[in-house]
Amino acid sequence: MLIRIENLTKIYQLGKVQVRALNSINLTIEKNEYVAIMGPSGSGKSTLMNIIGCLDVPTEGRYILNDRDVSNLTDDELAQIRNKEIGFVFQTFNLLPRANALHNVELPLIYNGTPRAIRRQMALEVLEKVGLAERASHRPSELSGGQRQRVAIARALINNPSLILADEPTGNLDSKTGEEIMQILRDLNDAGNTIILVTHEEHIAQRCKRIIRLLDGEIIKDELNDI
Amino acid sequence: MAWQALVSHKLRSFLTTLGILIGVTTIITIWTTIEGLNQYVFGQLSNIGASTVYVQKYPWVIKGDFWKYRNRKNITYKEYQALVQYCTIADHISPEVFAPKKVSYKDRKFDNIFVIGTNEEYSFTANVAPEIGRFLTELDVRNKRYVCVLGREVTDQLFEKENPLGKRIRIGDKKYTVIGVLEKKGNFFGQSMDNFIIVPFGTFRRVYGGHRGMRVALLTNKTERLEEMKDQIRGILRRVRKISPAEEDDFAINQQDMLTSLYKSLTSTLFAIVFVIGGISLLVGGIGIMNIMLVSVAERTREIGIRKAIGANRKNILSQFLLEAIVISSIGGVLGIILGYFGGSAILSQMDLTSGVSITSILIGFGFSTTVGVLAGFYPAYKAAGLSPIESLRYE
Ligand SMILES: Nc1ncnc2c1ncn2[C@@H]1O[C@H](COP(=O)(O)OP(=O)(O)O)[C@@H](O)[C@H]1O
Ligand SMILES: [Mg+2]
Repeated sequence: MLIRIENLTKIYQLGKVQVRALNSINLTIEKNEYVAIMGPSGSGKSTLMNIIGCLDVPTEGRYILNDRDVSNLTDDELAQIRNKEIGFVFQTFNLLPRANALHNVELPLIYNGTPRAIRRQMALEVLEKVGLAERASHRPSELSGGQRQRVAIARALINNPSLILADEPTGNLDSKTGEEIMQILRDLNDAGNTIILVTHEEHIAQRCKRIIRLLDGEIIKDELNDI
Repeated sequence: MAWQALVSHKLRSFLTTLGILIGVTTIITIWTTIEGLNQYVFGQLSNIGASTVYVQKYPWVIKGDFWKYRNRKNITYKEYQALVQYCTIADHISPEVFAPKKVSYKDRKFDNIFVIGTNEEYSFTANVAPEIGRFLTELDVRNKRYVCVLGREVTDQLFEKENPLGKRIRIGDKKYTVIGVLEKKGNFFGQSMDNFIIVPFGTFRRVYGGHRGMRVALLTNKTERLEEMKDQIRGILRRVRKISPAEEDDFAINQQDMLTSLYKSLTSTLFAIVFVIGGISLLVGGIGIMNIMLVSVAERTREIGIRKAIGANRKNILSQFLLEAIVISSIGGVLGIILGYFGGSAILSQMDLTSGVSITSILIGFGFSTTVGVLAGFYPAYKAAGLSPIESLRYE
């Protein structure tokens, strides 16, 4: 089992008002699953993503990732887990604008102390996987949206993470490019990667093998999807 | 990484570093100048032997009321003789009288050449040695011979390429035979130290009169007995001059260390002033850097979020921004070291002195600029390190 979430609740305190963004969620995800988290705006998708991605901690409940309880870790411990276990793909790509593709991709390796020469080698290999090896020295501004997202995917892959988290990965792309990105994610899943994708678009969710539907911080439906 | 960020804000980084640049430039300029001066002044002062004392009418460094010295009597020949007789600690004693005189050889004439009347001991008390020929001997002095020893510069002016030994030159109204030429001593603040002539003491007094004031130089080879020698001299002179115990000395016992300590107190005052000025510029520079780093942290909130999301911990972010602050201020530091060195060299060359690149001044420049970088960069970097990744990623 890769992920086990038990009675997970997240409450935001906005002055005197409490916002219950997630309400007693229970969820397990196995290795090599391809999961979509669906739901309307404000339903708690991003909050759940942030906790699964170890960017945030729950108010109540437990989150066990790879047999390790990560619900109560310090900032620096969470940073280490993000570095090792999780690859993020964001809607807005979130590349460093002043760094070229190669440098963007090797960045996670800098934070786990990989030697420079090995970093370069590994970064080139993953760029090759997403078909961008010849754009290694281009900056994000010199790349198209689809190419930027592929650089971001390469960055997510470089540490060989247990889990790839994609938050609306096609939200800023035209449908044809979005299709290409979805194909890459599908190929990665076929190659053994676990992928969790957040979306509010039904046709994107339909490309995944399991769809979890959220509403007002609760799971209202969790179903397998045949593709 | 820090470098990339800086290069993309060249002008801003440069302006930020201006305060550091000015501060370091000021400090290094003065440091270089004082180091050049030190080397030179201490080198020259060592020409006056550390263990030679000079008995004179006035002290070299006057502290307090100048007027109390005005009625002092000259040091006399009788007092010199008393010192020779009773000062047992001194190994060498030379009487010294001076006057500027007209000097000529063939058709070459010079006014106002400094003529010193002294004895054979002068070569010890003044630490001079003949380059060619010989120095005065006891016989020259006792027999009041008309012989002279020349400084290097006088020799060059009078004789050009001619061999001076055995030639007769005119000093005032009398002719003297040249017996030696002294080794070159160089310049002291543009003043030649080789433009003088030495003649026997008795000859000088016979020709130019015996009533003028003199000074007496005394040297002991046993440096540890220097203070004892000064006490002995004081005792002898007070006895000869019949000074009652309640009265102050009416003569001065001068020594090189008086000049050294005067010089040191002047330069340390200068140092203090400069460090205050430099310190203020560095403070202003530091505030500038802190300000620009806070702006930089705010502008790059999203970048910080990205870095944290992919695994940067607090220390990674802290050191990134700290390093950036250090790089900015070190650029100022390095430029300051270079400009300061040129500034110091320019000042020294006005005084005809040369300067050297000193490791100390480079270390000082680096030390100051790095310290300012660390101090000014710490708060912004700490702030950056503490940002939450989620909120930073949401930042537009
Ligand atoms: N940092 C926050 N502070 C306060 N309330 C928040 C915060 N983040 C999210 N919320 C609230 O939690 C609920 C769920 O939000 P979110 O997880 O962003 O939903 P989604 O991603 O599905 O749109 C919403 O009501 C939102 O307003
Ligand atoms: Mg959202």
